[in-house]
Amino acid sequence: MNLPALKFSKTPRDMNRRDFLRSGAALATITLAPGVTLMSFGGEAAANADAGKRWGLLIDVNKCSQDCSACVSACSKENGWKLPENPETDAQWIRKVDLKDLLTGRESSLPMMCQHCEDAPCVDVCPTGASFKRKDGIVLVDKHACIGCRYCMMACPYKARSFIHEPLTDQKAHAPRGKGTVESCTLCVHKVDAGGTPACVEACNTTGNGAMMFGDLNDPESDIAKALLAYPSIALRADLGLNPGVRYSNL
Amino acid sequence: MERTIYREIPASRPVIQLAVLLGGFIAAAAGAVLYIEHNGHIVTGMNNQIVWGLPHVFAIFLIVAASGALNVASIASVFGKTPYKPMARLSALLALSLLAGGLAVLVLDLGRPDRLIVAMTEYNFSSIFAWNIYLYTGFFAVVGVYLFLQMGRNTPYSIVRTAGTVAFLWRLALTTGTGSIFGWLVARSAYDAAIMAPLFIVMSFAFGLAVFILVVTGMCRLTGRPFGKSLLNRLGRLLGIFVALVLYFTGVQHLTNLYAAEHGGIEWFILRDGGIYTQLFWFGQVLIGGIIPLVLVFHPTGGVKPVSTILASVLVILGGLAQLYVIVIGGQAFPLDIFPGFQASSSFMDGQVNAYSPSYLELLLGLGGVALALALTGVGLKILRILPTNLSDGNVGQTP
Amino acid sequence: MRRLVVALLFVTGLLALPAMAGDLGPVIPKATGVAHIEGNLFMRINHMKLMVHDRDMTVHEGDRQVKYSLKACVECHAVNGHDAQPVAVTSEKHFCRVCHDYAAVKIDCFECHNSKPQISSSALLKPEMPDSTEIAAYLKEATQ
Repeated sequence: MNLPALKFSKTPRDMNRRDFLRSGAALATITLAPGVTLMSFGGEAAANADAGKRWGLLIDVNKCSQDCSACVSACSKENGWKLPENPETDAQWIRKVDLKDLLTGRESSLPMMCQHCEDAPCVDVCPTGASFKRKDGIVLVDKHACIGCRYCMMACPYKARSFIHEPLTDQKAHAPRGKGTVESCTLCVHKVDAGGTPACVEACNTTGNGAMMFGDLNDPESDIAKALLAYPSIALRADLGLNPGVRYSNL
Repeated sequence: MERTIYREIPASRPVIQLAVLLGGFIAAAAGAVLYIEHNGHIVTGMNNQIVWGLPHVFAIFLIVAASGALNVASIASVFGKTPYKPMARLSALLALSLLAGGLAVLVLDLGRPDRLIVAMTEYNFSSIFAWNIYLYTGFFAVVGVYLFLQMGRNTPYSIVRTAGTVAFLWRLALTTGTGSIFGWLVARSAYDAAIMAPLFIVMSFAFGLAVFILVVTGMCRLTGRPFGKSLLNRLGRLLGIFVALVLYFTGVQHLTNLYAAEHGGIEWFILRDGGIYTQLFWFGQVLIGGIIPLVLVFHPTGGVKPVSTILASVLVILGGLAQLYVIVIGGQAFPLDIFPGFQASSSFMDGQVNAYSPSYLELLLGLGGVALALALTGVGLKILRILPTNLSDGNVGQTP
Repeated sequence: MRRLVVALLFVTGLLALPAMAGDLGPVIPKATGVAHIEGNLFMRINHMKLMVHDRDMTVHEGDRQVKYSLKACVECHAVNGHDAQPVAVTSEKHFCRVCHDYAAVKIDCFECHNSKPQISSSALLKPEMPDSTEIAAYLKEATQ
């Protein structure tokens, strides 16, 4: 005997969801940025990747502590990759690296993720163009075009990319990922497109040590641009001239 | 010297036995591919550190050997050496087959081989990989036409020569492209060197000729067709020169890297501290694939014996596989130096030498590519007039 | 006599046709939400083109408000299983599979995308009491 499931009449799905999202986005614009309300009343919202922007991160290594991994767990939760059980083959979008200065013995710790290079080697080497850089500087993998050749993993100087070695189910709707393709940190592009902040930065500021800052490097008024102007910072493997969007201070 | 007569090989008992054996290897490789595709690469030894493994060693060996196998035809058509001319057809056929075998391995190891059509239709022209797709398909076309012209009745030598020259230049471009896959990897200290392209070209000369020698002598023996002792000796000495060139370029590569302090880490890893990679380098590549073949082919008395050339060819192939294992896997095993001056550690193997133990599935896939290449050559020999009936010294104009 | 038998067979055959058609064709599950104004036929023919176009808008341009996203498909077209939870594409009842199985066309989407809507289970609970006819129909079917 088959029990028919009850039909739902007034779930959120019944509402025209797209309209709901659009109105939500418009509302957010009104409250967050009063200056652009006129734009949001103008009807269709424009595409979100803005060529005038360059999203980036600034990580204060002094504030980051060795025993904290709030950013890693937040990323794992947000994007649906499990914390590594088999570190050789499991995907790691972000990882904590512990460092010891070989000369002085000073120890430090920092989070490593895709550095979102301006001249990204992964983008250069990808045969199909699946590895690409958005107009706003976020480096992504278009998994619809990724054939899983792993040349980008050979090319990345930061070990930022992971190959998915096993079949997956129950992915997050905003972070599709599947066997046989390559992936890496997306800078939480789904959140950024909605005006938000990457999960790692949020977690670092709430439960961590407030070592991470996110913002538009091109906007001189942004906190991150001001901090970069005021304090010394470095790009990892600066010798390669890749101009990464992730910078570290006090390393 | 009689006219060279090319004949299809007969389906004799040993030929059929060989075909069944190769078919077995191909079927095993097909099974391995299906198993890997179903379960994901977790069932292989490859991981997020060693992203290219044993299949790539085999694939690159076959692709490199493919362009090298064309040498014999080039020497005949482009450089006009008469004794090589009867073998030119086989040289072109073997080149096509080896490339097909190598590409099959490369493609079947992809994470999404079902999306091959994407690789064929969407190109990123800043990728040497994408350029290689053109170089590979172009190689099939150019060498195919070259083979066709060679087999044509009464094709004027000037046309064959032109086609041969195009094919020769194309194969130089192809191997440059293959070497540049590594040479242009700026991030890794084991690669990132312009010498990778010429190194791969001399490797292709050596590996391709070694494979050619084994195939041509093997097929002649299998079909009872004579093969001249002096001709074999001549091929052997040519192989010796190529092997010496590989050793020379390898020497220059490592000396250059040793001189630069920033590459000291990877150099001492390969040359002294790398365990399996160090052993494969010194014993596999240098001794078995270099010095011993040189002694074998250039020995004043032993060098003229046919067995010396055959054994040298086998050793060059083994040494070549060892060399590619050291380049491909050894280069990845050494940790990336993201933080110079610091000792790094993380859950993602930062600062550690990466472990890799290939699974038998990868070995089956690689051997399947070799079997496919040989089987395609066999099919070509069976249906086309490729192999001369008589390759004895007197017949090819080789003075003993 | 023979004619009569043939005629009888013909008539029974005709009568059986609709039943056979019902068995052969895919039974397409009803969706929730507003119907596509383009019409079902248009969507059946063109859904993949629309989705490919809009996915590139989202992935490359960052446009998160596209009209034809797989996420939206999966949400409105969710089919619930016996546990009143949406089924995954592993189930034959899954909306996409009903037609794709019938047409023998492989779906690649769910190699990476989730085939179930991501709505918390509390949102799936009925927010309002069902009306009496609905309850009656449910009970009737349940007790049969």
